[in-house]
Parts: sequence; structure tokens; C-alpha cells
Amino acid sequence: MVEISGVNKVFDDDNYVVKDMNLDIYEGEFLTLLGSSGCGKTTTLRMVAGFEEPTCGSIRVNGISIENQEPYERNVNTVFQSYALFPHMTIYDNVAYGLKIKKVKKDVIKESVTRILDMVQLGGFEKRYPSQLSGGQKQRVAIARALINQPQVLLLDEPLGALDLKLRKQMQLELKQLQKKLNITFIYVTHDQEEALTMSDRIAVMNSGVLEQVGTPTEIYEKPASKFVATFIGETNLFEGYVQEVRDRDVMITVESGTIRAAGEGFKEKELVAVSVRPERMKYSDVPVEGFTIEAVVSGQVYVGSVLKTIAVLPNGNQIKIERLAGQVIPEKGKIYLYWDQDDAKLIHSIDQEFFDKVDNVRMGGGKAS
Amino acid sequence: MKNQSKKKIGKASNTLYCLLIYLFLFLPIAVIVVNSFNATTAKPYLSWKGFTLDWYIRLFDNAALLSSFGNTMIIAAVNTLLATCIGTLAAVGMYKYKFRGKTVIDALLYIPVVIPEIVMGISLLTLFSKTSIPRGMLSLILAHITFSIPFVIFNVRARLAGYDNSVEEASLDLGANRMQTFFRITLPVLAPGIGGGALLAFTLSLDDVIISYFTNGQTMTFPLKVMESIKSGVSPDINALSALILIGTILLVVLTQRTSMNKKG
Amino acid sequence: MIGKKMKASSVSAAVMVGPVTLWLVFFVAVPLLYVFVMSFCSLDQNYNVVFHFTMENYARLFDINYLEIYVQSLVIAFLTTVICLVLAYPFSFLIARTTSRYKAVLYMLVIIPFWTNSLIRIYGWRTFLGANGWLNHVLISAGIVDTPLDLLFSKGATILGMVYCLFPYMVMPLYTAIEKLDRNLLEASADLGARKVTTYRKIVIPLTASGIFSGSIMVFIPCLGLFFVSDILGGGNSDIIGNLIERQFQSGNNWPLGSALSIILIAVTLLLVKLYQKCGGDLESLGV
Repeated sequence: MVEISGVNKVFDDDNYVVKDMNLDIYEGEFLTLLGSSGCGKTTTLRMVAGFEEPTCGSIRVNGISIENQEPYERNVNTVFQSYALFPHMTIYDNVAYGLKIKKVKKDVIKESVTRILDMVQLGGFEKRYPSQLSGGQKQRVAIARALINQPQVLLLDEPLGALDLKLRKQMQLELKQLQKKLNITFIYVTHDQEEALTMSDRIAVMNSGVLEQVGTPTEIYEKPASKFVATFIGETNLFEGYVQEVRDRDVMITVESGTIRAAGEGFKEKELVAVSVRPERMKYSDVPVEGFTIEAVVSGQVYVGSVLKTIAVLPNGNQIKIERLAGQVIPEKGKIYLYWDQDDAKLIHSIDQEFFDKVDNVRMGGGKAS
Repeated sequence: MKNQSKKKIGKASNTLYCLLIYLFLFLPIAVIVVNSFNATTAKPYLSWKGFTLDWYIRLFDNAALLSSFGNTMIIAAVNTLLATCIGTLAAVGMYKYKFRGKTVIDALLYIPVVIPEIVMGISLLTLFSKTSIPRGMLSLILAHITFSIPFVIFNVRARLAGYDNSVEEASLDLGANRMQTFFRITLPVLAPGIGGGALLAFTLSLDDVIISYFTNGQTMTFPLKVMESIKSGVSPDINALSALILIGTILLVVLTQRTSMNKKG
Repeated sequence: MIGKKMKASSVSAAVMVGPVTLWLVFFVAVPLLYVFVMSFCSLDQNYNVVFHFTMENYARLFDINYLEIYVQSLVIAFLTTVICLVLAYPFSFLIARTTSRYKAVLYMLVIIPFWTNSLIRIYGWRTFLGANGWLNHVLISAGIVDTPLDLLFSKGATILGMVYCLFPYMVMPLYTAIEKLDRNLLEASADLGARKVTTYRKIVIPLTASGIFSGSIMVFIPCLGLFFVSDILGGGNSDIIGNLIERQFQSGNNWPLGSALSIILIAVTLLLVKLYQKCGGDLESLGV
């Protein structure tokens, strides 16, 4: 439904805010653009809305190119981060604005406004002014104002950022339900990965203008395609090293603290890799386990209500996180040997490899002569 | 106990101080207003001889005075209209667009505000005489617009400072084109700033003495008529008209301030 | 694609900012340039301006009579500024920090006179202070004095008039600066052991310095040019630079000399503004 092809956005000749972006968004999908500040997600959204022009590339909605169209020519509506409600108009006039511009008949407008305000649970608020509303209420008005125009795509730019935690969680559910009910394509921008995981059908993770991975929440979490995605989503333990030996899917890797094992396909010997193991999958034992030679010393524990975390320190000073549900057993002190089920570890090709391949005369490994 | 009475004395003296200042500020206004009812006929009309409305009635026979007042009103109205339009467009344009020379324009804007009015007055006089612009209503209007524009721009700018321009994007997003957005969203939201600037332009024009003094040619404005009369002894109907203008201006300002304060809340 | 959008906005920019630019150039920049040029010109027998470069006007500025007037202007302006500051500061402080619900009204009451005709009000002072004026009548009837006090036509009267006219210009920036003062800072100062006087000296005054500077500039500079105040209340005994300039352009008919005087006045103004900016003054706060 929305096709972003080869889109680049450059500022000042050398600042690539969005680099070569290719993304297809399906009809009726809730897609989230996720990343930290400055990664290009908001710029991408604004290009779809029409407030920024792509330096090159095309954006198509239902097959029609829109990248040259003005915002008011597109059948796309935006919910702004600051709500952007018109302060000098009543809620009624705010919500009715788009329809009035389109010269819709008065009684039709009245019916539509009443209906949509009911849908966002603001029935009866027609005569109030934005300054009289709370943050959450303003949010709903902004959503109503956008949705009343029945856009093909709804764009939401970090709409819940200014709300307190409880309200945010409630709105997340409401937005998700609303989307499912109306079956409109939602493109949602946020830096809050928990929010993304909760609400989205698919997540597009962006980093410094580049789209790193697109997938369902499960895919993103369990099978991160890059170091960035692995460390950005949830917590993880990341080991970096090079492949020592490959036997079918069984891969042995040498890292700074010792040897570890993981499973994966398409890895070559001497290749630089990263291994991501989630804290809840990290296992420990009193005695060394075959194939693993990492030792750690427990340094502390963190209690987070429903979950317990143990921090253990490797010889090189890096920290390892082990997480268990409250009530389960967790190491409290002393020396432990770390290991895991090979399928629980995600093997990631390291981008450093590309750089490395280009540089011939650098010695590899822990100081051993090659 | 000692502290309490100390505080009370403190508070009382504060109040007294403020009252004295207000007295100082409004004294001459009160004098003019009271004197306009003074039934004395001898110059310099300084002692109270009884209450009368004569001067207010005679006012309407004084053609020269009335025509000078009429001139002042016309100049003020035209000035307000044009200065507000030019100034508002400029303020919004400078806010939205980046271009070279902005600092130069800014500097030029500050000149009429900062330098003494007399310098503005004589420089405009030299301009008019050199370019043979007829000195009279036209030169007065041009001069007034010149000193009003910066004030309009500053007022609108102050309002723009707190302006969240995502409301304009929202308007475009909802289907309005740029011109519709300007008239439906930008102008209404900026209205208090525009109104403030317009009010300032109007009253500055109404009261202007120095710049009008140099640029008026033979045309009389009300303040200039007052100035002329002061030199020859103010006739009491001038007192009456002055009182009317003072009260009128005060009411105007009070009304506009109250409506702007109501709208905000 | 990009080209089309750029063009559209530069047309709008030109339409919006064009008029004011032209206006400012033609009615502000050009006239001032012209005055500058004229200050180097001289007069012929028919009092017409002759465009022949000469420094004679500037030389005449050093005439002893003129020098006296410059000094007098500066003294009057300085005294006016100081008096305004001393009177206005406590007043602004009280109003800005009052918790009364009439706070806005109180502020308005100071500003309202500012909106009205200053000439009329100065005339009101003359009526009040004159030999036959109200004040003298009251004093004589009350038996406080035997003969009317000669209050008018003196430097004092002029200063009174100046202070009166320019008082709101001092109040406005002070009020704004004082209002911005965070109450917590005063509380912190008291918490750390400072008495009221010290708090004022070390916290309040420095933090409201911007208001003090703005107000002072907004009073001092106009004071040099308000010739009608010194005319009406000073009666020729307290002429200021403004009077000198006025005379050259009206009765004296010596525009080049008047221009030279004006250029000096502009120079003084620019100097003061630069000084103000150097002391950390912010040009924006000089607007109303």
C-alpha cells in the first residue's frame, strides 16, 4: 500500500538523514518506525506526510506517486507530537476542519464529528477549547481530527511522548484497538522499544538514517539481524570475536574471555561475528560446560518487582546480565561458568568484517602470530 | 508581636509609596479634566471659578480645532491600517524565511525606536523637501507609518515567539492550501499580537508631537494645535477636547486590554 | 521538484518582506544618509543648501554656548534617568511581586498615561505649577507660603517634566525583568543566611540588571530630544540639544548646522546603545 523506494534525504550536501530507504507497508498494517533520536524516523514520516521532500527516490501510495504532492493533496493524515490543535477553535471546529475545507455539508459534518468524538470517548466535548483539555484528551482530539478524513494512511509522530506512564499504556491499547477496528494503515514513530513491541504488526528499526531490519516483534527480538538491533531492543549480552571452527550448524567462536558456541548457517572460519544472548536465556553452572570457557564473578543483584537480575563480571571487566522470574533460582555470589543452548544465541555477521576485509595487514586474534 | 507591627508598617508604607506614584502619574490628567469644567474666563484659567459645560459646547463651534482633530483621526486611521498590514506581513515573512539581509532590516527597524524622535522628524523633513513630496496630510501619514511599523513588527514578533508552527502543518495536512492556512490559522492565532501592534500604532499617531511638528507643512493635527495654543495661551475649549481625548484613549486601552485578557483565559 | 518549491517560497518571502524593506530604505536609511551629507554642506545668501564639502558646521559645534547646552542636556538626561530609576525600581518591584488579584490592573494604570497625549499632560503640569497655578493657590490659601513659589521655567521643572514623560519607559523593562525573578532564588538566599538588604544587593539587583539597563537607555536617549518639555516647562532656561536642532530647522533656517547637530546626537545614541550591548544588554528588549 505504501511503497518507499530508494528514498534519500540529504541536508547541506553531506548530511544523509535518510539513506537509501526501501520499505513496503501493507494495507491495514500497524507499522512502527523505531530508533533513537536523529535516526531519520521522523524525517521519513514527514516525507510521507509531505512536509519534507525526498532528495531522491519515490513514495507511492496505492500505486500513485505522491512525493511531489503538497501535504494537502495527499490522502494521508498526521497526528503531531505536540498535538497541534488550533487554539482559537473549539474542539468541534478543530475536528471538523478537514471536512469544512472539503466543503462537506453541514449536517454530514455534524454527524461525523459526533460519531468520531464518541469513538475516542470525548463525546460532549464539542464546545470546549484546547486550553481546557488535559494532555490525554488533547491527544484524542488530534486523533479524531485526523481520522475523520478517512485517510488511507495515518501517520503518528511519537504521539504518546508527553503522557505519564499509566496513561501511555492505556492509550497504547486504545490506539491498537482503534486501528484494528478501522483497518487503516498506521505508520507510527517512536523511540520507545517497549511501545513498539506492544503495538506493532511489524517494526522497522532505523539507525543513523539506515533501515537495519524490518520484521514482526518476535523476529526483531529473537532474531536480530545486526548488533544495533540486538542491543537496541531489550537487553542482551553481546560477545564479539571471530569464528574458530565450523561444523555444520555448530559454530565455535573465540572471544576475549574464552570460547563459546552458537548455531548458525553461512558463517566462515576467521569471520568476525557477534553473539547475542538474552539475559533470560543465559545459563550458569558451578563446573565448566563443554565448548564454553567463560568464567564470571557475581557482583550484584537487581530486583525489579516481577523479575530478578544478577550482574556478573567477566575477566575483561564487561558485565553479563542473567535474568529470572521472581521465585526462580539465581546465582547470588561466587564464580560461575556461563553457557547456553546454542539455539538461544543469535549469531550476527559483524559489519566490522567488511572493514576488516579491506585491510590486509592487521593481525587477528589475541596477539598470536598468524 | 514586634515583628507583626513591623510588617504592617512595612506594608502600609509600600502601599503609600505606590499611591503617591499613581498620584504623580495622574495628577496632570486630573488637572486638565477638572479645568475643562472650570467656569473661569480670564487667562491663564488657573483658578476655580465654578462648574460649567460651556467649553464642551463651544468646542463644536471651533472649526479650526475640530478640523485639526479630524485630521488627527484620519491620519491615525490610515496609519494604523497600512502600518499593521505592512508590519504583520513583514513579521511573519521574517519568521518563516531565511534570507540574506535580515540583520540589516532588523537594524533599520530599531533606528526609529531607539533614536530620539527629533532626528526622525528632521530627516523625514529633509526627505520630503528634497523629493518634493507635498507637506501636509500625505507627508504626515508617511511619517507616522514610518515610526509605527517597527512597533507593529515587535508586537507580532513577540506573539510569534511562542508560536507552535506545527498548527500550520496540521492545517496543510488536513487539506487546506497555504493561503487558506494563512487566513484561517496563522492570522487568528497571531491576532493578539497584531491587535497590540495596531493599538500602539493608533495611539502613537494620535499623540505624536515631535515628528508631526517637522513634517506637517501647514496642516494642523490636534497635538500641534495644542502646542500652538500653549504658546499663545490655551483656550478653555482646548482643555475640553483634551479631556475628551484623554478619557477616550484611556477607555479604549482599558477595553482592548480587558478583551485580550478575557480571550486568553 | 525541489526547484519548484524553492521558487514558490522566495516569491512569498519577497511579497511579505519586500514592502517593509523598501519602506525602511526609503524613509529611514535614505533620509538619515541625506542628513549626514547635508551636515557637510553650507548655505548661500538665500538660505539654500549648497553641496560643497565643508567642515564649518562641525566647527561651529564647539561654540561655547553650544557646549554649555550639551553639558546641560547630558546633566538633565542623567538626572532624569537616575530619578526615574530610583522612583521606578521600588514601585516596579512592589507591583511585579504583588499577590493581589488586581496586579494586571495596577500595571495597566502605569501604562495608560503612556498611551495618552504627553503634550496635554505637560500642559497640565504647567497649569498645576504656575505662579497662578493650583499648587500655589492651595499653598497660599493654607497659609504655608506668602508669595507664589516660582516653580516653573527652571531646570527643575524641566526635569520634572522629563521624568513624568519617561517614567513608564523605565517601569516597563523593570517590571518585565523583576517578574521573571524566580521566587526560589530569594528563598535560597534567605535560607543560606542572607538578610534582606544583602539579598537585594547580591541577588535581586544583579539579576534585574538587564531591566535596569534597558530602562536607563529608554529614558536617557529620548531625554536628549524632548524639546517641547524644556520649551513648555523650562521656558528657555533649560535648553537641550533638541531645542538647538529644532531652532536650526525652523526659525534659524540653517539646515546644515541642524544636520550636524543631529549627527552628533545620533552618534551619542549609537555610542550608548553599543555600551548597553557591551554590558550584556539585549537589543530585543528595547522594543515596547
